[in-house]
Amino acid sequence: MLGRRVIPCLDVANGRVVKGTRFVDLVDEGDPVQLAALYAAEGADEIVYLDITAAPEGRGTLLDLVERTARTVFIPLTVGGGVRAVHEMRDVLRAGADKVSLNSAAVADPTLVNRCAVRFGRQAVVVAIDAARSQRPDASPSWTAYVRGGRERTGLDAVEWAERAVELGAGELLVTSIDRDGTGAGFDTDLLHAISSRVSVPVIASGGAAGPDDFVRAIRDGGADAVLAASIFHRRIHAIAEVKGAMAAAGLPVRRTPGMAA
Amino acid sequence: MIRIAIADYGAGNLVSIGRAIEVIGAEPVVIRDAEALRGADALIVPGVGAAAPAMERLRRHGLVDPIRAWVRAGRPFLGICLGLQLLFDGSDEDGAEALGLLAGRTIRLEDAPTLPHIGWNTVDWRGVQPLFDGIEAGAAFYFVHSYVVAPVDPAIVIAESEHGSRFPAAIARDSLFGVQFHPERSGADGLRLLANFTALAGRRLAAMPAGALA
Repeated sequence: MLGRRVIPCLDVANGRVVKGTRFVDLVDEGDPVQLAALYAAEGADEIVYLDITAAPEGRGTLLDLVERTARTVFIPLTVGGGVRAVHEMRDVLRAGADKVSLNSAAVADPTLVNRCAVRFGRQAVVVAIDAARSQRPDASPSWTAYVRGGRERTGLDAVEWAERAVELGAGELLVTSIDRDGTGAGFDTDLLHAISSRVSVPVIASGGAAGPDDFVRAIRDGGADAVLAASIFHRRIHAIAEVKGAMAAAGLPVRRTPGMAA
Repeated sequence: MIRIAIADYGAGNLVSIGRAIEVIGAEPVVIRDAEALRGADALIVPGVGAAAPAMERLRRHGLVDPIRAWVRAGRPFLGICLGLQLLFDGSDEDGAEALGLLAGRTIRLEDAPTLPHIGWNTVDWRGVQPLFDGIEAGAAFYFVHSYVVAPVDPAIVIAESEHGSRFPAAIARDSLFGVQFHPERSGADGLRLLANFTALAGRRLAAMPAGALA
């Protein structure tokens, strides 16, 4: 059975982890490679780096980080943030990433999704969609896509953009609820369901995880194939094994992980 | 130390596979042409993406005939993902003609609930398989693909997986191996599989008469 994936996400800038983490057992808790290795040992199914380095000269640092990670951690690595061109995606893949996630650049130029998929295969192209709820006159839910780290409204309907992105060649969608991100109010399962029911590619849920039950709901109610979270793992509120244990107990297929309840 | 050539033809991440070979105690040699193949004990062809551009790049690097000769000579070979698919006659994905070393084609994974098939899936191998030696039954490996191989000879399929329908996860014929998943991305079990392949290659070399590999 194909396991539902649990994916810790690390925000990095200039090669360092930027969100607060609470690790007592790491020599350097700001080193993404050490964190990624720890999560891999704890049963993470994949690692996502979201690079928020502002300056273009930081790209070299990111590529070095990706390569050090690929040489240390033998699980899949997805890198997002700042890729605007086919050759930039090539560099990140060459450095050892398996997938690249496109967000603002894909909205600005949707042909980028297609060009990257043709060059590297759709399985390497993730389109990340940051979405916020917007009320329709008839009160049915809809969501608008945002870019630039959630700061800029696009006018694109998030569900329509998701379908378009898949047509263009996205092999996977990373769907983040801006409303829920950082709130601990749980994933926006309506948003996830609206998208996962319209596309055939895997959907990764993001934004709002507080406890293991939220992961179960994102999959069961939202139709997500994978769930991504940052702070609950970084702050050691819940361990990956705990989340996977809850998923398994709910009857969801997961890859067995050290420390998981049988 | 066993020298393992890894074909670099611009179709995928070589950092992980190269490092994985080092970690299991073999020597990776990234090769971009036929000349660099000399002196290698085993050959790994990795790769993701579509068959046609991959075949075109293999041709440009002058690697098509050397890979065919290598496999026909019975030398140790491991194809990973696209590297497995290229062993067959051709691909339904884009109509590409592939290496034609094994009879059969690459076809779209049928009845899949999601495509691409991305993630860790359990692999079931048949009986005792040296490639899976020491790996616990029911182990999961990392897959990322939409197409699968359909061998004419079912006997070469040594392991299967399921995503909507059952499909070959690994094939073997003598010293020729292919896996649809990515052992270099499948944690400790993946490294174990690569170590098993290396050990099989070593045994094969030891069994060959002196001079046979010159």
